[in-house]
Amino acid sequence: MDALTIIQVLDSTVRLATPLLLACLAGLFSERAGIFDIGLEGKMLMAAFLSAAVAAVTGNVWLGLLSGIASSLVLAGLHGVASITFRGNQLISGVAINFLAAGMTVLIAQDWFQQGGRTPSLLAEGRFGGIELPFAIGPSDAAAAGRPLSELIGEAGMFQQIYSELLSGHSILVYAAFLCVPLTWWVLFRTRFGLRLRAVGENPAAVDTAGVSVVGLRFAAVAICGLLCGIAGAYLATALQAGFVKDMTAGRGFIALAALIFAKWRPWHAMGACLLFGLLQAVALRFQNIELGSITIPVQVMDALPYILTVVILAGFVGKAIPPRAGGEPYVKER
Amino acid sequence: MDKMPKWADVVLIPLISLVLAAILSALVILAIGEDPVAAVKMMVTGALGSTYGWGYTLYYATNFLFTGLAVAVAFHARMFNIGGEGQAMLGGLGVALVCLYIPWPHWTIALVFAALGAALFGAAWAAIPAYLQAKRGSHIVITTIMFNFIAAAVLNYVLVNVLKPAGAMDPATARFAETVHLPSLHELLAPFGIAFSKSAPANVSLLVAVAACFAVWLLIWRTRLGYEIRAYGHSEPGALYAGISPVKIIMISMLISGGLAGMMAINNVMGEAERLVLNSTEGAGFIGIAVALMGRNHPFGVFLAAILFGFLYQGGAELALWTSIPRELIVVIQALVILFTGALDNMVRMPLEKLFLALRKEKV
Repeated sequence: MDALTIIQVLDSTVRLATPLLLACLAGLFSERAGIFDIGLEGKMLMAAFLSAAVAAVTGNVWLGLLSGIASSLVLAGLHGVASITFRGNQLISGVAINFLAAGMTVLIAQDWFQQGGRTPSLLAEGRFGGIELPFAIGPSDAAAAGRPLSELIGEAGMFQQIYSELLSGHSILVYAAFLCVPLTWWVLFRTRFGLRLRAVGENPAAVDTAGVSVVGLRFAAVAICGLLCGIAGAYLATALQAGFVKDMTAGRGFIALAALIFAKWRPWHAMGACLLFGLLQAVALRFQNIELGSITIPVQVMDALPYILTVVILAGFVGKAIPPRAGGEPYVKER
Repeated sequence: MDKMPKWADVVLIPLISLVLAAILSALVILAIGEDPVAAVKMMVTGALGSTYGWGYTLYYATNFLFTGLAVAVAFHARMFNIGGEGQAMLGGLGVALVCLYIPWPHWTIALVFAALGAALFGAAWAAIPAYLQAKRGSHIVITTIMFNFIAAAVLNYVLVNVLKPAGAMDPATARFAETVHLPSLHELLAPFGIAFSKSAPANVSLLVAVAACFAVWLLIWRTRLGYEIRAYGHSEPGALYAGISPVKIIMISMLISGGLAGMMAINNVMGEAERLVLNSTEGAGFIGIAVALMGRNHPFGVFLAAILFGFLYQGGAELALWTSIPRELIVVIQALVILFTGALDNMVRMPLEKLFLALRKEKV
């Protein structure tokens, strides 16, 4: 395995970690405010579908992104109403949202496009293209030289390879996702809103006594969660892949939750955890059959690897993870 | 003092939730340009209009009885087992191994051991998430979901690389022997002079499922263990104080839950397909969640809800066949039922409680 292969695997690690990271930060906001959210998966799926559908019809990927976010916000609102207003079981609400998204996406896709529950493949305008950073070797250089891009990068030096392959050429959503990490840290730990949000997940009664609305804060957190899930879903369908297919989130929402627990509800650690899961997915994608001497690891093991690692991490072989204290409990104001 | 009579809690609230889910489903059907009234008519004739339709409805209901009971037992210990799907897949593997490798003289003996094999494999698949929850506090919802994905990979591997007969193309086991063929309702009812459709897949496992309902009722409300499970589900500190071991309750309730989910395989693998294929569970494990919530975790409620979902499933298949409404409509209905009976329970309950309180005040 040469250096370029490693760089390529790391490159797809970044691409695959992006939706996990966005979903993980979404869960971070929600759970820090005391609302468990099993429905990350469903919100992503809904956003993936609607963004791809709108992008396919209008040819405008930004409109797609906005409608994806809107659909995710609607589901987030539903979760908020069920778990904050009506103090329902947050796990059950999340599960319902997942099924709702799984059914509705296929139902609407079939009604609109008649392609067996998928959207038409998106052309270039309907997708988020890669951004070429300055001095990086990108598609424009390849077009100018009249040679394939992989050849040009293969001939370049080590640093140029890392810069062009790993750092440059991602869609704007990838850079946005990674910028969300310091932003989340700043909002949660350096603003008044963040302080209150964290307090409401630990001790809502204290926040209430201080005269701050528990319900308002929790709805704000759920809305931010919906926004980030919407971006994650749109990224899946319009940047990572070209169009929506049935159940395309493939458990990413749950893996993001596991990453969140692994990261112990902290933004920077969340990024590390998501990159780890991304790396695993990238390795599983690239090496479908690994041969170790006489033993061949079957492809099914590689496919199941991210899920197995999720269980291993949840098993807490990484130290004890303590969730926000009021997580999962509806707040009842005393009368 | 109770805020409202028991019958309202047990009958009225699920009924109102169901009506709400039905209204929203009708709106969904309208939105995709079909006629809800015609759709309901088609579902009723397709699922209940003939013994053929009933045969499919009862076949699906048998699946949902097992998975619904599985979720209900876990719910009593306040465990949320979303892994019924994976446990049922593994149960299928257990049934296939029992039926393929042992020459059984008669189907009755084969059924007993196939059920045991299915329960054993299902329980084993639930054991790891249960242990991790009990001992390490890993969230059982996430681990059981992960185990669904892992089960699919395991089944894929076993079918493609181990159990597929040499030369066969599709990933499935060989057909089971003729001796383990389970009698269908047609064969069971014929001696009594009742004509039942020959090609419908409902079979003797329906009776096993009904027996399982009764057994679960006995377990939960008539045994010491059932009392401990319910006590733990109501209050962990209370149960701890009474000397009930949380680890024991989590493990036992999840093993029973996984075993019940696994036993679904005697219906779909042994009774219907008579071989193990990929995706033989068809989402029945997930429907169990809706069935348990709808049935208020009581075996009799689960029984009624399973029949209802059997009807919806068969009716939905008819719709997919004759109209442009895809099968996923049933997933949407399932989601709405879970939403209304599970998460939005208070939305229905709070106005009703107010109504009953107001009625009572007037009387006084």
